[in-house]
Amino acid sequence: MSTAATTAAAAAKPRLKTSAMIASIAAEGQRTKPAPFGHALVELAKARPEIVGLTADLAKYTDLHIFAQANPDRFYQMGMAEQLLMGAASGLAHEGFMPFVTTYAVFASRRAYDFVHQTIAEENRNVKIACALPGLTSGYGPSHQAAEDLALMRAMPNMVVIDPCDALEIEQAVPAMAAHQGPVYMRLLRGNVPLVLDEYDYTFELGKAKRLRDGADVLVISSGIMTMRALEVAKALEADKVGVAVLHVPTIKPLDTETILAEAGRSGRLVVVAENHTVIGGLGEAVAGTLLRAGVVPSAFRQIGLPDEFLKAGALPTLHDLYGISTDAMVTSIKGWL
Amino acid sequence: MDTTQLGHNVPLTERAYRIRRNAVLMGEVQGQGYIGQALDIADVLAVSYFHAMRYRPEDPHWEGRDRFLLSNGHYAIALYAALIEAGIVPAEELETYGSDDSRLPMSGMAAYTPGMEMSGGSLGLGLSIAVGIALGLKRKASDNRVYTLFSDGELDEGSVWEAIMSAAHYKLDNLIGIVDVNNQQADGPSTQVMAFEPLVDKLEAFGWFVQRVDGNDMDAVVAAFDAARDHPEPKPRMIVCDTKMGKGVPFLEAREKNHFIRVDAHEWTLALDALDAGRTA
Repeated sequence: MSTAATTAAAAAKPRLKTSAMIASIAAEGQRTKPAPFGHALVELAKARPEIVGLTADLAKYTDLHIFAQANPDRFYQMGMAEQLLMGAASGLAHEGFMPFVTTYAVFASRRAYDFVHQTIAEENRNVKIACALPGLTSGYGPSHQAAEDLALMRAMPNMVVIDPCDALEIEQAVPAMAAHQGPVYMRLLRGNVPLVLDEYDYTFELGKAKRLRDGADVLVISSGIMTMRALEVAKALEADKVGVAVLHVPTIKPLDTETILAEAGRSGRLVVVAENHTVIGGLGEAVAGTLLRAGVVPSAFRQIGLPDEFLKAGALPTLHDLYGISTDAMVTSIKGWL
Repeated sequence: MDTTQLGHNVPLTERAYRIRRNAVLMGEVQGQGYIGQALDIADVLAVSYFHAMRYRPEDPHWEGRDRFLLSNGHYAIALYAALIEAGIVPAEELETYGSDDSRLPMSGMAAYTPGMEMSGGSLGLGLSIAVGIALGLKRKASDNRVYTLFSDGELDEGSVWEAIMSAAHYKLDNLIGIVDVNNQQADGPSTQVMAFEPLVDKLEAFGWFVQRVDGNDMDAVVAAFDAARDHPEPKPRMIVCDTKMGKGVPFLEAREKNHFIRVDAHEWTLALDALDAGRTA
């Protein structure tokens, strides 16, 4: 086939959307920062010689390679062995070091759960676990989609659980994780990570929820990338004269129940919890339990999150629309509930 | 404090006798337990605590100690017996074994017991933690060692082989593994539950310095611990110990189902008598 003929054939056949794993969840044209976790860890490690880095054959895909390049003698490659990864991190913490451990969220939460539970959480070891591809941030299929990681990690005593929204928050969360004595699980956005919160005069504090904007009609309580979406939803609904407040809850555990109750207790607002996670056992049910236990009943309560099913493989934008966690899908849902 | 100071006037065979006796007395408290394992591993524990390891009984967290990891948490009764003999756990706590509020729970837990470096119970954890501790000790330029006791049944766990591979990769010559091969696990003989032989060949192929000894032959165990310490190659060291369940109490040795032993009330005295007979023999 000639070049011209190839081009013509390509033009005739629409290009399919790809499900290839992508390095970033940033939308086209969105402001980003490269590898915020890796750079923040390098910065922190300058003042904290006890910090070491460990990974299970995923340094390049969790931005830990930045740390490994800067501190080759403080980096341990454990191979594709997540149980060993967690056990070895426990042993290093036992000797007074502060391991930052990286892998994918699915492997830390599913494959190595017992090792995280027994060798790290049960002994309250000072291990920080940062996991890429949280929730639905890979189109690769159920093997790589960590829809249940928050529920699993939240259920584990001693474990602090963080779901940051953007590059700024990751940069700030890294030193906060180190300042906390004990195990921490952080969902990690890697590669070119969106930068959003710098426009909101925001500072991450472990265990604190922050209201990013106020609104009279809807309160969206969200974590992780869903806060980014919630802020876009709020802007979109402004045009329809719908006031949307956004309460960002980056620390899933311990949960800032005081702030959540104060915000959800304000009468007359639809309360929507939005999370990049199955609707079972994550932020939505944590907030619902908090409200019920305190006797706070909003005029309406809704959850936006992933369904209780094995998710499809496909392009992320397609899947986010399908499962209702894209900005457009959220706008449609919320309008329908008003 | 080192071994020779602790044990210089007490023979290791006497230490092993006392460890067995402590274990039987604790078993009597509950009327049941992993007594067979405690009896089979007592000689190895005697060598660990009274010949090989550095520690301070009055300061279980002393930085200069050698670390001892009990990966097979159900052997806790055996380790408690040794910790009591070593003076790390007071002898009067023996009678609290497995009771409410005791520091000696049925399965070994780091937060409960002085001298317990890890929580076991879920099997196959110890060697992975040992890899991290060995790496940590090297980072600190410490000449201390990490000893890790695990069972032949734990060889079923894939994580054990992950750790075995990585210890060789990192040339952890400060890591000494001890496998108790008593060929008994929950569902029957270990070799029938999951074939693991030829174990020495496998471990050598994985890059370890390996010795296989009769784990109830005190002189052989001492020699193996010495050789593990002094081996010149930059390799992790494994001591494969073939042991006899119930060792020292003939009627328990002969018992077919001895993974978890129930002993009738009158039999505890018989067990202690049998140990006494062995002591004077």
